Amino acid sequence: MTATAPAFSLRDITGESRAFPTGRPSLICFVKEDCNTCNLTASVLEAFHRAWGEKADVWMVGQSADGNAILKDRHGLTLPILDDSALRTSLAWGFDIVPAVYWIGADDTPRPPLEGFVRDEWEALAQRIAGELKAPAPELAWSELPDWRPGCGSKHLDPEIHDRLLAETEGSPIRARRIEIASADDIDEFMFDQGFSDGLPVVPPTPERVLRMLTGTKRDPQDIVAIVPPNMAPATVEKIAINAVMAGCRPEYLPVVIAAVEAVCTDEFNMHGVTATTMGASPVLVVNGPIRARIGMNMKLAALGNGNRANATIGRALRLVIRNLGGARPGGVDRSTLSSPLKFTMCFAEWEEGSPWDPLHVERGFNLEDSVVTAFAMTSGPVQIVDQESRKPDQIAGTLGLGLEGMFLSKIHRMPVDALLVVCPEHVRTLTVDGDYSKARLRERIQTVTSRPLREMVSNEISGAGIPLASAAKMTEAQLATPVPKFASDKNIHIVVAGSEAGKFSAAFHGWVTGAAGSTVVSRKIDC
Amino acid sequence: MTTILDPTDERVPVARQITPRTGDISGVIGLLDISKPRGNVLLDELESLLAARYPKVAVKRYAKPTFAKPCPSDLRLTIRSECTVLVEALAD
Repeated sequence: MTATAPAFSLRDITGESRAFPTGRPSLICFVKEDCNTCNLTASVLEAFHRAWGEKADVWMVGQSADGNAILKDRHGLTLPILDDSALRTSLAWGFDIVPAVYWIGADDTPRPPLEGFVRDEWEALAQRIAGELKAPAPELAWSELPDWRPGCGSKHLDPEIHDRLLAETEGSPIRARRIEIASADDIDEFMFDQGFSDGLPVVPPTPERVLRMLTGTKRDPQDIVAIVPPNMAPATVEKIAINAVMAGCRPEYLPVVIAAVEAVCTDEFNMHGVTATTMGASPVLVVNGPIRARIGMNMKLAALGNGNRANATIGRALRLVIRNLGGARPGGVDRSTLSSPLKFTMCFAEWEEGSPWDPLHVERGFNLEDSVVTAFAMTSGPVQIVDQESRKPDQIAGTLGLGLEGMFLSKIHRMPVDALLVVCPEHVRTLTVDGDYSKARLRERIQTVTSRPLREMVSNEISGAGIPLASAAKMTEAQLATPVPKFASDKNIHIVVAGSEAGKFSAAFHGWVTGAAGSTVVSRKIDC
Repeated sequence: MTTILDPTDERVPVARQITPRTGDISGVIGLLDISKPRGNVLLDELESLLAARYPKVAVKRYAKPTFAKPCPSDLRLTIRSECTVLVEALAD
């Protein structure tokens, strides 16, 4: 309780409004009807009221209107019984247990309440009040009352109610615009109609849910995490939490979503371009570090698919932030020709423990114990790379290369475009069957097996794509015979490990325009 | 009453928005009679006015089976697939 007892105005059982403070000494007792100990104290409070009603206000504050009526009839009460079924006064006074009895004497000094019923304490309180009021204590058969009875948890602390109450208080961290949906309206249909959804149902972001979501981070709800293109809207922690609720996240996922928003809303990642391109690009998120296990992310069987709440909803929350805050909608700034299911969600964790290599985040300069999210701008995938026959390391590495050669168009080589290769555990086993097989060697092998003479890139009758005939005509035979690999640089090939321990199926995500003119891979440490 | 928090950047007022007005009348105009008495009279008059002033505009007529119940979803979908705009007559 604060330095003075919080003021309130509540109606009593007759409908009369009663305001505290009253200007007189007051005894305020919070009760609920279904609490046996509260019922035990009802007759004591009634006796207090009859004894001191001339000099002090003895009020019972009940936590439900129906319960108040029952208490009155059951105990023949004449003292004022106030209705705090809204529970705001209970919250403001801040006790945990009912009955909670407060004596606010003439000195107005707030004292901790008596909670539950301890006979000696109540009897001592009665003596003190009698002394202060200079009025005799009521004749009560104290010895017939039990020594001690525990109270019950106050109704305002019920988890379902408490978060709502906190969200409604003046000190609430909630600042977002509140939208009232009429009871005759269908809340899910309303949210579709407002365009808040990606096309699938969303969880209504009620204040209490958002408040619970905010418990997932220590950051101030009004901290601005990023400016979200294309609207260039400030993404506060609160706004991200709202979208995380809608996506179906649990509070412990929120730090990952925040880090992902930070990562994609950078000049390097270029979320505006990623959104706008007719090619249909979208972030693919890879999570590394201890948080993977802590929040139950999937990195093994079906890691790239459905069925895991964290994987599915973290990726979706990011997409909803881009849609709702950034305003990126198909037909608006999003001009994707075909688009892709990546635009619903794509987030998975690397199975670091199943990898013979440094995990992605360590490769990218973080410490092993850091939790990190890395965002790739990808236009397609996962594209399966199937090889159930190869038994030699260089064979399986060769297969992974040939699988990547199809990116965009197989004839096009020397592409300055990123790819994300997800190597499955069985392929990892084959790669390392004879000992260490470094990522550098795997990248080199991919470049070697995909190297083709430049001549094969020239526009021809089969496909007009590639080097224009006029340009090719200016090249020497030696130039046209030059072998060129699929990727302009080994650095374009990003490698992680994920998937179940059964199955020889790796996969690749294909990038978009990589580099300053397009998008660069961005990692952000997760604040957890 | 349910309260939710706005997930957007709050630049657009949230409410059941009326459809943006284009400033012209074109396409296919649906006229929906909700089956209240004399609704057809109002719509007949409207149809003849439209025909006179906008000869290029096509008009399609629909009627709800009863005004006492929401529009059947088949009819709603038909109207949505066939019309550019819809005028609903509430005459009594």
